[in-house]
Amino acid sequence: MPMNLFTFKGGVKPPTHKTQSVGLPIAVAPLPSRLVVPLHQSIGGTPQPVVAAGDKVLKGQLVGEADGWISAAVHAPTSGTVLEVGPHVQPHPSGLDAPCVVIAPDGQDRWIERQPFDHAAASPDETRRHLQRSGVVGLGGAVFPTHGKLTPAKSVAMAELVINGAECEPFITCDDLLMRERADDVVRGIGIFRDLLQPQKVLIGIEDNKPQAAAAMRAAVAAAGEDFAVIEVPTLYPAGGAKQLIRVLTGKEVPAAKRSTDLGVQCFNVATAYTAWRAIAHGEPVVSRLVTVAGNVRQARNYEVPIGAPMDEVLALAGPQPDTDGIVMGGPMMGFLVPDSRAPVVKATNCLIAHSARLFPPKAPEMPCIRCGACAEVCPHELQPFELYWFARAKNFGKTQEYALFDCIECGCCSYVCPSRIPLVHYFRFAKSEIWAREREKNAADEAKARYEFKQWRDEREKAEKAERLAKAAANQVSRKAAEATGEAPADAEKAAKTAAIQAAMERAKAQREAAQPKNTESLTPEQQQATAEIEARRAAAHLGDSEQP
Amino acid sequence: MNFAPAPFFLKDTSVGKVMAQVCLALLPGIAAYVWQVGSAIVVQLLVASLAALLAEAAMLRVQKKPLGLFLADGSAVVTAWLIALTFPPLAPWWLVATGTVFAIVIAKHLYGGLGQNPFNPAMVAFAVCIVAFPALMSQWPNLGLQLPLRDQIDIIFGLAPRVDALTGATPLDAMKTALKLGEDGSNVARLLANQELYGNFAGRGWEWVAGGYLLGGLWLWQRRIITWHVPLAFIGALVAISGILWLHNPAQFANPLFHLFSGGAMLGAFFIATDPVSGCTTPRGKLIFGAGAGLLAYIIRVFGGYPDGVAFAVLLMNLCAPLIDLLCQPPVFGMKDADKGDST
Repeated sequence: MPMNLFTFKGGVKPPTHKTQSVGLPIAVAPLPSRLVVPLHQSIGGTPQPVVAAGDKVLKGQLVGEADGWISAAVHAPTSGTVLEVGPHVQPHPSGLDAPCVVIAPDGQDRWIERQPFDHAAASPDETRRHLQRSGVVGLGGAVFPTHGKLTPAKSVAMAELVINGAECEPFITCDDLLMRERADDVVRGIGIFRDLLQPQKVLIGIEDNKPQAAAAMRAAVAAAGEDFAVIEVPTLYPAGGAKQLIRVLTGKEVPAAKRSTDLGVQCFNVATAYTAWRAIAHGEPVVSRLVTVAGNVRQARNYEVPIGAPMDEVLALAGPQPDTDGIVMGGPMMGFLVPDSRAPVVKATNCLIAHSARLFPPKAPEMPCIRCGACAEVCPHELQPFELYWFARAKNFGKTQEYALFDCIECGCCSYVCPSRIPLVHYFRFAKSEIWAREREKNAADEAKARYEFKQWRDEREKAEKAERLAKAAANQVSRKAAEATGEAPADAEKAAKTAAIQAAMERAKAQREAAQPKNTESLTPEQQQATAEIEARRAAAHLGDSEQP
Repeated sequence: MNFAPAPFFLKDTSVGKVMAQVCLALLPGIAAYVWQVGSAIVVQLLVASLAALLAEAAMLRVQKKPLGLFLADGSAVVTAWLIALTFPPLAPWWLVATGTVFAIVIAKHLYGGLGQNPFNPAMVAFAVCIVAFPALMSQWPNLGLQLPLRDQIDIIFGLAPRVDALTGATPLDAMKTALKLGEDGSNVARLLANQELYGNFAGRGWEWVAGGYLLGGLWLWQRRIITWHVPLAFIGALVAISGILWLHNPAQFANPLFHLFSGGAMLGAFFIATDPVSGCTTPRGKLIFGAGAGLLAYIIRVFGGYPDGVAFAVLLMNLCAPLIDLLCQPPVFGMKDADKGDST
């Protein structure tokens, strides 16, 4: 179908390295020795564990329950025994631990009872909840809980549903292979999203270096009798960024401060659509995903890997070369070196690249910026990276925000072209985290200040009230004396009523005090009671009824 | 664990490669220079390069910066070549060397080194020398007398006397003086008819050199080392103002073609005003910078006291560059409408 495409500014064309991993069909990875399933695998709240060490679990059984609306459930990737629920290293640059459910597989891979979900009969809300219960999250890498994106904006009509099959990062081919081999399920999953969002158009964007995937998707769309448009977009990194793909397919630019639904667009990854369909039609929660294993390996290939499989065991399937010295999770443009090769594969793991100095030569030393502007030319968000770099280096974080630091999607185009070899994105991440840290500090300080000011205000108030009470008491005394002198009742009836009320309140308070006093003296042993009595006696002897004094 | 942030592979580029391409782009102009003006320019290029590298090495040593890394970046050589190409080809060697050392030490390193200089170092050298040594900076070879290389070298190194007959003014300067003195009835057309001096349309020999710079500049643009903004705005502004005055009074003002191919216009448009360190970086900023430089160059060369105005024009615009960029920041992705509409 001929269609006018739009362009986004900037972008780069790094070598794609995709052919190495598309030669063989998807293989199912064997079950590893044990599975370490992190509970926090999506944006939002950390799911609460619902299993404990020693529990037997089945494949697909819930192990972590969604915590709040923006959170998605986590399931056992195979049948076996829960060894422990505890902290383990995460596939994150920090190398920090986070709670995980560790499962020893029993080798039988027995499913729970899978029940298809009749979404035609269910309400949209029930369907969303089912997707949340099934752990469906954005598999393009951001792992945002999918059900949270399936509600159209109230004020703006849903114009376009964009399905992202662009897969622009070098090395990664898992979406390509998914579309080639499982296009029917992908298209049906897109149908679910369409039903929930009711857009006017459904646009499936695929980079034009994946003709087989596009053909398979076209055939699947035709077979399903749908009117989705499969559109081949020019291969230009980062065309697979949600905002870039939306721009290319619809011409709309989603600003950093807005949601795409505010502009009547929503975007999902093809793999997300696939898992949504599996969850609806087969009752299968997300317990595995396709992972491209590539880089410095003998045979790059795509594997269906159970969530929680240790990365080194997955990498071993492709036969890493002896000089492999690390694992990159994600693509070479935006991925990161995992701090520990035992870290588990998670829902965000689309690619594992065996790292070696031969594949990724060490970078030349950083030189001063010569302001050549190459970074600004390739920035898909039309930022001025060299200015941001300047201010980030000077820790002038206010200026970095003026120059739209938080519009940066960290795609790496600027670092890629910089002739001075400046790791620009790294500077921007640093600036962002510094700003966040300072904001947290400031919030904490603001709260403390507010608490302090409230305490001061309360002290003042109490002081004022006390002064008022004393003044009143003094006035009462004067009037009582006057009444005694004249032998008449106080003239001011109001005052008398007040005095009575205060008296009553004081009595009530006294009663309460007395009732509340012996708090820790209840249910004492006889010895303790005796000891207390003795102490009280000594105290009385020493002070002669101290407590009786006002 | 070795730590390296993404991206894990980078485009094959470096500061050294960028600078090397700038030098390469100067070669057509240099070739035309050798062919039309004389081989002495090669000697001057060598003198300037040597002075630049020595000054650079000394400054790096003082600042304890890695010598190999920074000498290899090629930026000092680019500065040196621009100095050699803007100074008179028979200028004494010490003048070229002094200018170069001044550019590297004062204009570049005292401001912080590579990437930090607010003024174009080569133009600083030119401005300083033309103010300090106005006579030497105004002696251009008389193209009618093709001296043997040996004699040219002797003049550069002071082994032969500087004979006034060998040198003269540039075509640009000659025309200004002629018009001022009222020679030949003060008619541009009649002056230009003197092909001995003015060649076909701008200056004998020099028009070829300018053509070489144009060629090299276009190649730089094609290689995406520079963008089209500065050269186009520079040339556009120069053509516009010279065209208006020429149409207004063709007897007193030379045509745009003459101005475009005279003096440092082409070199300035493609190689000097495009310097990213001292110039503007935003697209709109580059247009203003280029146009301002072109306009000022014309005003200074026609109405000012110096033989050419490109150097001072570029330096004046260097002064304005940070402010221009500040005011010309382009809207970011998704904010193009917001800029036009409410600014709340």
